[in-house]
Amino acid sequence: MNTDLATPSTPATGAPPPAAITLPDAAKLVVSNSPHIRGGETISKIMVQVFIALMPAALAAVWFFGLAALEVMVLCTLGCIAVEEIWNKCVKRSSTWKDGSAALTGLLLAMNLSAGAPWWICILGSLLAIGLGKQIFGGLGYNPFNPALVARVALLIGFPQLMTSWVAPQAGRFFACEAMTGATPLGAQGAAIASINDLFIGNVGGCLGETSAIALLIGGAFLLVRKLIKWQVPASFIGTVALISGLVHYVNPEMTPPALYHVLAGGLMIGAFFMATDMVTSPMTANGALIFGCGCGIITSVIRIWGGYPEGVSFSILFMNALTPLIDRYTIGKPFGYIRIKKEAAQ
Amino acid sequence: MSDKPRKFKGGVHPNDSKALSASKAVQNAPLLAKYTVIVHQNIGAPPEVTVKKGDVVKKGDLLAKAAGFVSVPLHAPTSGTVTALEKCPGPACISVPSIEITADGQDTWGNCMEPIPDWQNAEPSVLKQRVADAGIVGMGGAGFPSHVKLSPTKPIDTLILNGAECEPYLTADHRLMVEQPEEVLQGAAILARILGLKSAVIGIEENKPDAIAKLGELAGKYNVTVQGLHVNYPQGAEKQLIYALTGREVPIGGLPMDVGCVVQNVASAAAVAEAVIQGRPSIERITTVTGEPLVNPGNWRFRLGTPISKAIELAGGVKYQPAKLLLGGPMMGFAQNSLDVTVMKNTSGILLIPAEQVSQYTSEPCIRCGRCVECCPMDILPATISQAVENERFDWAEQLNVLACIECGSCSYSCPAHRPLNQHFKRAKAEIMAARRKQQKK
Repeated sequence: MNTDLATPSTPATGAPPPAAITLPDAAKLVVSNSPHIRGGETISKIMVQVFIALMPAALAAVWFFGLAALEVMVLCTLGCIAVEEIWNKCVKRSSTWKDGSAALTGLLLAMNLSAGAPWWICILGSLLAIGLGKQIFGGLGYNPFNPALVARVALLIGFPQLMTSWVAPQAGRFFACEAMTGATPLGAQGAAIASINDLFIGNVGGCLGETSAIALLIGGAFLLVRKLIKWQVPASFIGTVALISGLVHYVNPEMTPPALYHVLAGGLMIGAFFMATDMVTSPMTANGALIFGCGCGIITSVIRIWGGYPEGVSFSILFMNALTPLIDRYTIGKPFGYIRIKKEAAQ
Repeated sequence: MSDKPRKFKGGVHPNDSKALSASKAVQNAPLLAKYTVIVHQNIGAPPEVTVKKGDVVKKGDLLAKAAGFVSVPLHAPTSGTVTALEKCPGPACISVPSIEITADGQDTWGNCMEPIPDWQNAEPSVLKQRVADAGIVGMGGAGFPSHVKLSPTKPIDTLILNGAECEPYLTADHRLMVEQPEEVLQGAAILARILGLKSAVIGIEENKPDAIAKLGELAGKYNVTVQGLHVNYPQGAEKQLIYALTGREVPIGGLPMDVGCVVQNVASAAAVAEAVIQGRPSIERITTVTGEPLVNPGNWRFRLGTPISKAIELAGGVKYQPAKLLLGGPMMGFAQNSLDVTVMKNTSGILLIPAEQVSQYTSEPCIRCGRCVECCPMDILPATISQAVENERFDWAEQLNVLACIECGSCSYSCPAHRPLNQHFKRAKAEIMAARRKQQKK
């Protein structure tokens, strides 16, 4: 269609176009569905940010447990990436390590191990996390359970002795990791064996990521500010644990330490901010997240106060992971404009 | 009115990119030698062509008459001769019937409709007939015949003019409100009179303070209220706009009249004022020609049937090859593969998008981050519905209220896995409607 501009004999403004005008090449135009612009968020950006949020806790772990902690973290992270890539090769899928999810799983797994964990535990853990926890279900997005927790629980059941002996903290002494095993603060039934102050800072025995509450809170705050996690999960999880342990302590102080001790000790902080909030394995709706967090809190409290294990965070999250599809199903909200239909039908 | 909610739930905040053309005054596009007017420019039945090859027409003469109630007539954009009744590239990348008019260069008006200067005392039914005769449609993008909306079968208590213009890049309505506030307000008053209402409210996103101020100065005279709206896409979607201004929720599958509202676009209102006061049919519109690749983006008043290539020439051509050419905005606009598509009554924008903004993505698995759920203005579960569609379970999709989807694209925009959510919903809706039609036939 070659229409030329007529001589402007009519009162029309707008100068005739200058000589050299380039028109787009129609043959090179992309035709696709709307929307034509994207928000710019990607899966790897999300993973990298969660990785960054774990850095304060990782630094705290190195400070309290020395370079052995660093070794565990590096081994697990590289181990998970390696397992992921080997798996992809075996099943002839394209490489996925760049999405960052395997590295994140690795770091989270390290956070669940002791600084004294031998190298083969790290590698076995990586195999369990990526293989059994994630790839066997089809990879990222399809795993029903948190991969790092699958590995932790599998190791805990397989090697109970190894997995429950902890390195005692030695702040600032990076090479002194040939340490005696210390007790975890939740180990002694019903008794508080660490000061609240030590728990808050992280100067206690335990696995890498569950010791320093303050470092985890900094990371958690970062996640909340960047809207990478739903506030409902940590709020309801920690709130429920505080409420139940507080009530039990009030009724019978002999039975369990006070609420604040429960909140700061053990894996609750990392569990509530980093594990239970895993997008793939937790509910999508806001109400679902509240129910999920409360469920985690109840089960954690029950195991800690009445159960056989000193710590119940991992079990509670895995159990609630299994309920996630159900929770999602029953918390589907009413769409915009739904209420009026019902009202009119009732009339 | 200011204490009412001015927001809706959800939505996204894309970079509005309106600065490219927001301050550019509307220019009249020069007269062309030839116009190719697409016949079917409205939702509903295509109008019946009443001219044949060789006919001489004056500007504003009837080219095609409305075929039924939900249809609008089409008028000649300039005086000249009908030289062809052929197919031309249409906005959906398929050829559509068109009427080619070779201009005589005189641009003389034909015997148009009688002006109704005393519209304040005119019969509402006369005014409504005028809206229908002038061929006015929803000029925001939908192209729904305006007179149909003015014939509600339920009691109406609120007339809303949509000046939100929430699509990024587009500034046509913005310039109209700044430059022709009187016409917009007159149109509002005429529409209110047709509906038997005393007042109207205009909703404008707060990123257009000059438009709010301009209309605010004159609004009292016409008993119109100007209400600023939270800047949030899709604020200009009919249901979201009604909720923001009145707090009422249009039922799923329902119409604005179900909650006592009628919504008209500001450009349609201005067209109504022109049709009534000056007796002129809808033959031109303000369109934003914009995008980073253009030399000189801006706003022009185009006659219907102006090829996009001419519009791009007026904007100085391109500095580099764009990746996409869109009719409408970047969130809901339609991608084109030809520069010969012509301006229609609902062409609010001609947008060229650079390659870096449409980098091609591979869709990854859903990581259930819930961003789509959070931003969905209709409160449905895009991620879950999308999985139902992937499994071809359209019954699930229907149960999950996919039919409530307004196809705003907020979910696709925010998805970190780049899933084709919007496409899935369009497919689900088409499949469900096809199944229903099949059932009805049985």
